[in-house]
Amino acid sequence: MAVFLRLILRNGTSAPTDDIPVLAVDAFRGAILEGVERGARIASLFCVPAAGESLRLIAVLADGAAGDIGIQATDVDGEYPALTPDCPAASWFEREIAEQWGLRPLGHPWLKPIRFHRPYRRVRDAGVRHGESDIEPGVTDHFQVQGEEIHEVAVGPVHAGIIEPGHFRFQCHGEDVLHLEISLGYQHRGLERVLPGGPTPRTIHYMETLAGDTSIGHALAYAQALEALATARVPARAQAVRGIALELERLANHTGDLGALAGDVGFLPTAACCGRIRGDFLNMSALLCGSRFGRGLIRPGGVAFDIDPARRDDLAGRIEAARRDVGEAVELLWNTPSVMSRFQETGRLTRQTATALGLVGVAARACGLERDSRQEFPAGIFRFAHIPVSTADSGDVFARAFVRWLEIQRSLAFVADQLRSLPEGRVRETPSSLLPGHITVSLVEGWRGEICHVVMTDGAGRLGAYKIVDPSFHNWFGLAMALRNQQISDFPLCNKSFNLSYCGHDL
Amino acid sequence: MLRILNARLRQGHRTIGYPDAAPVLPDRFRGRPALHAARCETGCRICADVCPTQAVQRHGAGIAIDLGRCLFCADCAQACPTGAITFTGDHRLAARTRDDLVVRDEVRRLARALDDGSRRLFGRSLKLRQVSAGGCNACEADLNVLSTVVFDLSRFGIQFVASPRHADGLVVTGQVTSNMKTALLKTYEAVPPPKLVIAVGACAISGGPYIGHEACLDGAAACLPVDLFVPGCPPHPITILDGLLRLLGRLDGRAGEH
Repeated sequence: MAVFLRLILRNGTSAPTDDIPVLAVDAFRGAILEGVERGARIASLFCVPAAGESLRLIAVLADGAAGDIGIQATDVDGEYPALTPDCPAASWFEREIAEQWGLRPLGHPWLKPIRFHRPYRRVRDAGVRHGESDIEPGVTDHFQVQGEEIHEVAVGPVHAGIIEPGHFRFQCHGEDVLHLEISLGYQHRGLERVLPGGPTPRTIHYMETLAGDTSIGHALAYAQALEALATARVPARAQAVRGIALELERLANHTGDLGALAGDVGFLPTAACCGRIRGDFLNMSALLCGSRFGRGLIRPGGVAFDIDPARRDDLAGRIEAARRDVGEAVELLWNTPSVMSRFQETGRLTRQTATALGLVGVAARACGLERDSRQEFPAGIFRFAHIPVSTADSGDVFARAFVRWLEIQRSLAFVADQLRSLPEGRVRETPSSLLPGHITVSLVEGWRGEICHVVMTDGAGRLGAYKIVDPSFHNWFGLAMALRNQQISDFPLCNKSFNLSYCGHDL
Repeated sequence: MLRILNARLRQGHRTIGYPDAAPVLPDRFRGRPALHAARCETGCRICADVCPTQAVQRHGAGIAIDLGRCLFCADCAQACPTGAITFTGDHRLAARTRDDLVVRDEVRRLARALDDGSRRLFGRSLKLRQVSAGGCNACEADLNVLSTVVFDLSRFGIQFVASPRHADGLVVTGQVTSNMKTALLKTYEAVPPPKLVIAVGACAISGGPYIGHEACLDGAAACLPVDLFVPGCPPHPITILDGLLRLLGRLDGRAGEH
């Protein structure tokens, strides 16, 4: 077996950018394919400008078994042999790179825009769109099935509920979906492009609003990255508060999702209760920091709010009450045959598909994959307090619901535990200035799955390249695959069982 | 079935007392800022410099805060050496005009009710179509929450509907990204007149943290006539509800008015 050079980091550590081995293209591809073969995942794959007209491709491989994060690079000019034919998990990344930089992945089977924006520099067309005409979202060659009685259903970007915009094209035969194509980009705000040169007073707010339902997750990934680049020590008490906040975010969203899944199959008791209990969890975040979404809590160097004894007791009491309420509301699901018959065998993904696509988070764990950054790449409080990985193996809507329920119970226990044993001391240290010319990878297990921020500083110690991967970026294709051979009427249920972020994807 | 009924009984009635009772908000909640201009030192602009969205501006000898841009992060209050800015627990933030969102002095310019004709049309039944045109899904989340048993929006005759054809107006969230502009305008066209537009959240009012970004407009007013602005990042559900009820003139004499 060939041994490939790579820079190895642990989660939340940094190294000089010059330490990244720049390989020949073939060795770079070989390193990624060999890593994925061994069980590592592509956590990030992105481009930065290199000398002259060329681009540097940087791949970040997360090896959960070893807890290592491997980084390697290659310099390319205009085109390179695509990874996607050999590694489907690279598909979305290669489409992203082609759209941003005009770099053509030769042999990519399905090269199309993913966000519908102008390229980052004047480049010849990388094949993602036709000509230089105005870029219209959703206007591209959609995959089409031809034949008698085949019809196409187009939905969105504006949907029937209070939900973010996206465009869905179903190729149907009668009620059966042969293929779903998902076209996003409507929420694109140009976020990554404004980060270099920072941090500015706005940077933390970009992090808290890049996917607003994951404010804590992304702000934590950012703070962890900055702390790695400044080699700052975060007080133990702050690490505990951060862990509590991250799990409260998971609790609120998982509870809301179970309620919404119940609503989608017309089972209102759980829908009504969970809608309310989700709010109870949001209000617990507001008890910590005044914001239901945890805005203002996570700051580089620690947290901006402490938990005084009265607040700790209040929170512990609310956690205990919510534990009783959510248990009662959710157990109804598993005891109701009409619910179970709609959940089971719907939107099934195999373990093989989940592995090939590089899925993360609840969607991956529901296919039996033991992927959880809190366990694989523990940082902060999770180095000391372990939360067992929750999995199921049927890969269907039921499995995605049941994994959420397991995680709710484990997060409740974790928060109660942390509140009982909060370390003493300060909650924030002032971080020093950033090391120039360094790179760090920051992984956080958000409620949807692995959040990955790769941050490089420039020669002056300012933010240089900043690459964000929301878990949804890995998982949207999983939803498309889960819809194959399903009834089109089950789309809302399948969609909700993934509950992916549009803005986190679109950035 | 018995299990369901038992759970239903035990979980009980959960709708809040607002607006007949004052809302219960967390002690760290950051609502309407209060300015103490007398404490401002000449030439000091620390608050303006730390503000991520230029919501805080020097205004004569004192300061002004544009709630339409404010993210309620309170960085200005933290940075001020003399305590000239404090964030109160007052949730009432919505206003009818962009200028009414600028806090300069003691005067609160809360949202006025619609004229009598519009109130006759919408006052007891208002159907709204929501369009997410950018943003981060937090405003959407706290709009969705209004339909839960806790806020029970439909007790006021207000409902979110699936089709713009069934709606009396739009609730817009997000900066209006370039990629959503056409869809937003088409949805607006599909709402039969007379129609209202309500901009919820800093992004939909001013662009929020994304002010000046090339990929988006700076809020809904750049392409639609806005009748009500609800500030916040995101606004608390009570702030949204307060704005809607004021617009419909439904708060008169209730505890929630004050």
